[in-house]
Amino acid sequence: MKYVLMYTSRPDLDAAVPEERRAEVYQAIYAWFEKYAANFADGGAELQDPGTATTVRASDGGGNPVVVDGPFSEAKESIGGFSIVDVPDLDTALAMAREWPSLEFPGVAVEVRPIVPHDMDM
Amino acid sequence: MTPLHKHHRPEPRPGPLDEQIAEAVRAEAGLVTATLHRFTRDFDIAEESVQDSVVAALRSWRADGIPDRPGAWLTTAAKRRAVDLFRQRGRARRATEAFADLQLTESEPTGATPDESPDERVDMLFGCCHPSLAQEARLALTLRAVVGLTTPQIAAAFLVPESTLAQRIVRAKRKIVEAGIPLAIPTDDLGQRLDDVLTVVYLTYNAGFLDPPTGEAPRTTLAGDAIWLANLVCDRLPDEPEAWGLLALLTFQQSRAGARFTPAGDLVLLKDQDRALWSGDQIARAESYLAHAAVQRRAGRFQLQAAIAACHAGAPTWAATDWLQILTLYDLLLAHDRSPVVRLNRAVALASYAGPAAGLEEVAKLGDQLAGYHLYHATRASFLAALGCAEEADVANRRALDLAENPVERNLLSARLMSP
Repeated sequence: MKYVLMYTSRPDLDAAVPEERRAEVYQAIYAWFEKYAANFADGGAELQDPGTATTVRASDGGGNPVVVDGPFSEAKESIGGFSIVDVPDLDTALAMAREWPSLEFPGVAVEVRPIVPHDMDM
Repeated sequence: MTPLHKHHRPEPRPGPLDEQIAEAVRAEAGLVTATLHRFTRDFDIAEESVQDSVVAALRSWRADGIPDRPGAWLTTAAKRRAVDLFRQRGRARRATEAFADLQLTESEPTGATPDESPDERVDMLFGCCHPSLAQEARLALTLRAVVGLTTPQIAAAFLVPESTLAQRIVRAKRKIVEAGIPLAIPTDDLGQRLDDVLTVVYLTYNAGFLDPPTGEAPRTTLAGDAIWLANLVCDRLPDEPEAWGLLALLTFQQSRAGARFTPAGDLVLLKDQDRALWSGDQIARAESYLAHAAVQRRAGRFQLQAAIAACHAGAPTWAATDWLQILTLYDLLLAHDRSPVVRLNRAVALASYAGPAAGLEEVAKLGDQLAGYHLYHATRASFLAALGCAEEADVANRRALDLAENPVERNLLSARLMSP
């Protein structure tokens, strides 16, 4: 089954992480991607910070969509990147997510969501 | 004799037909669900079709009696239903495949064959108790898919509206299928996952703990179901001491079932129970389970609670109980489980060892966390009463009565308020 792993964090808390610690965790993240290389499918991406986001939103009055500065959600958490994995079951995906190196920082979370299969006999 | 009775379970007394039907269904439903899951490769369809076949069985067996092989009856009915369900959901290809399978197997005996392969009900149990499901969904799904209760039976046991419970089950099954939750014993993180499973079994027991005895056969009560589930887990994972610890704990609890109520159905607290009514057989069995667990030398919260229960079982009277030993066990238990309820129970032991003033001081620290828990107030009330503070005890008992939901506990609290 395919799942998206969404790496989320709290940008306000991220700012407090010392630079050298961040570099160490980056190393751990590379190692993590290498360890699970066989599980990744399709693309994935690391995203620029939410300050760079622009959102196109349906207009309340039903007119043309409006373009606004900022991320779609006002939540404190923001998605910093995502991967797509193809693994036998949820437990395998969760086992990977549990080892996501950034989880040692406060406010970090990984959301695991199955992808809708379009080849299923529905 | 069904294979379910091999674990020292007392032979069910012949009861009215409905009880026998309930027992036959509970003995088979989990196995049939496992078989159907293999047949359909779809947990949702499997579970739904077994549930429908159970409802059909309750109707048909009431009229015609229980068939010789109830498992085979349920399996065949469920398979036919699964084919229909595939069709109804527009999955024609799966319906055709399932139908072809059904034709092939229909002539063969399709009964459950629990002794041939590892018991798949335990795999299913781990799926139903997966941490990605909410606690209440785990409980509901376990009772339906593994134990074979119907939605109305579960709704009645937990005092929730049937529609709420049905929705909870539908949502949980959808998540199992769509999120790819494996119906399997995990290789990773077994300790935590087993604890999740044992917690559900424990909650099942608790849900039936205060049901006054009705003279029903063991497998038609939630307490009996919980002990049966614990047995199932021990059988499949014999080297897991916490599973044996839970089985020991529940068996100790069950050994007091005969003393827990007066003939009129009033609740009798441990302190006041007639210990001659405790089942010596069950105590001996529980002790052997606990000894089996202890050999592994990996303590855990269920083993420690069982050890505390063992102290009570071995004490001739409440007063002559080894309270120091019990206190020591509670201190060890706190290292595994710091929940306020454990601390409340420890306070009861402390009061028995060091007097009600010490107990009162301990419970005072739990007021913030347990303000909404009736037994917190009832415990405080008993300490206050022992200290001669009758008015304060009354206030606490009244608060407990306001919060208590179970009728037998409400009766006990009302009686306390009325006694001079």
